[in-house]
Amino acid sequence: MTGFAWASAASIAAAVGRGEATASQVIEQTLERIERRDAVLNAFTAVTADRALTRAATAPQGPLAGVPFAVKNLIDIAGLPTLAGSKINREHPPARADATLVARLEAAGAILVGALNMGEYAYDFTGENSHDGASRNPHDPTRMSGGSSGGSGSAVGGGLVPIALGSDTNGSIRVPSSFCGIFGLKPTYGRLSRAGSFPFVSSLDHLGPFARYTADLALAYDAMTGPDADDPTCTHRLDKPAGASLTTGTAGLRIASAAGYFRAGAGPEALAALDHVANALGATRSIELPEVARARAAAYVITTSEGAALHLHRLRTRAQDFDPDVRDRLIAGAMVPSAWVVQAQKFRRWYRDAVLRLFEEVDAIIAPATPCVAPKIGQKTFQLNGEEVPLRPNIGIYTQPISFIGLPVVAVPVPQPGGMPIAVQIITAPWREDVALRIAYDLEARGIARAQQPPE
Amino acid sequence: MSDDLDAWLDANAALLGIPVQPEWRDAIRLHLRLTRDLAGRVMEFPLSDEADPAPIFRA
Repeated sequence: MTGFAWASAASIAAAVGRGEATASQVIEQTLERIERRDAVLNAFTAVTADRALTRAATAPQGPLAGVPFAVKNLIDIAGLPTLAGSKINREHPPARADATLVARLEAAGAILVGALNMGEYAYDFTGENSHDGASRNPHDPTRMSGGSSGGSGSAVGGGLVPIALGSDTNGSIRVPSSFCGIFGLKPTYGRLSRAGSFPFVSSLDHLGPFARYTADLALAYDAMTGPDADDPTCTHRLDKPAGASLTTGTAGLRIASAAGYFRAGAGPEALAALDHVANALGATRSIELPEVARARAAAYVITTSEGAALHLHRLRTRAQDFDPDVRDRLIAGAMVPSAWVVQAQKFRRWYRDAVLRLFEEVDAIIAPATPCVAPKIGQKTFQLNGEEVPLRPNIGIYTQPISFIGLPVVAVPVPQPGGMPIAVQIITAPWREDVALRIAYDLEARGIARAQQPPE
Repeated sequence: MSDDLDAWLDANAALLGIPVQPEWRDAIRLHLRLTRDLAGRVMEFPLSDEADPAPIFRA
């Protein structure tokens, strides 16, 4: 096997398992490629070369044998400070242990190669960062990678690693998946352990994987599920591995296309991708999510207020050390009256109950992931519903109302004629990641969804 | 709800002890206005006194 840049994790593990390649060869080639290509992409904030080479030499076994991966730098790596995209956290002592999810991927044979760039404290949809510089879009380095897991999108979409981990509070896995043209899984709230990760908004924070192939997404996901005493929000459920039903097709599944709010602000690429996927899946039914604009507003209010509460002591003493774009939003968030937040949390239950009733009639809902393809780095506004609006608060309009109630989503990339990709969300009922992954696999097998290799 | 974003900003900055610099104010005002408008949509939704919040999602 030669050339791992665009190889799937499954094929790397198979080659290593059959002795056609060694883990050391895979890691050496990966480190070389990161060295060369990251000068353009700026996806990595740390490369753990020594650790990776040492581990590769032990010839790790398992379903991810020899597969390189990297993690958003809010996920603990033993021996490194956990930056969470900030300048302030650089002064933190190094993490004493790996995060649970890092340990679980390595237990399956994977090999950590580094930490990835991200928007400061995860309050970001752009992938920009005033301390580390923007991570860049592999399809056009003048464009945003998306945030806040921008380095994760850039590293996987740019062929630096086949698997990366990120976090998603309001869309931070799904937005970079869309902009960078790769697959991303935001699991059900509470499905994957968050132990050993730096928080943003506790009741909205999720961790999850990125990959270029659905089968890799399922492999990584299955390796990471399971209860964890170190995360009180982590579920005790033990469901069947998603990989077991991945190839069973979509026959019999009731799939609807999100209408109204989800089409109103969508640009031509978003609508074309959505309709292409809807046609392929025979999703003739349109569905309106009840009070969805209000749900997005409530998620916004909770996020800005809880996020600001987390960072209040830093805003008081170290405001100058924040990324200015993040600081100004957090300061405004600190000033939100509590009655607004309480009402938003009450509304959350109402909305959750209403949306869960929809899943009695459908198995999956498809919706755009972003209203547009990746904007230019540095862009501050964009067109939404014919209006010029601030970009940072509005890129997540389609992702926020879904994570607000913790529903699982696979973002599937749909190549566009102009060259810049965009993704569609496959949204399913709580704990049915398996159904979302099945649909994604089917779309990929039929060539509808695909992570396209960018020109270099 | 008050339209006086400056009064809102100044009172809270003093109360919370956040040293807001003059050049930050435009951006903070923009975010305050946006948050107020979004919160307005949430606040106008009728909910009963007995409605329970759902701060953590459970399936």
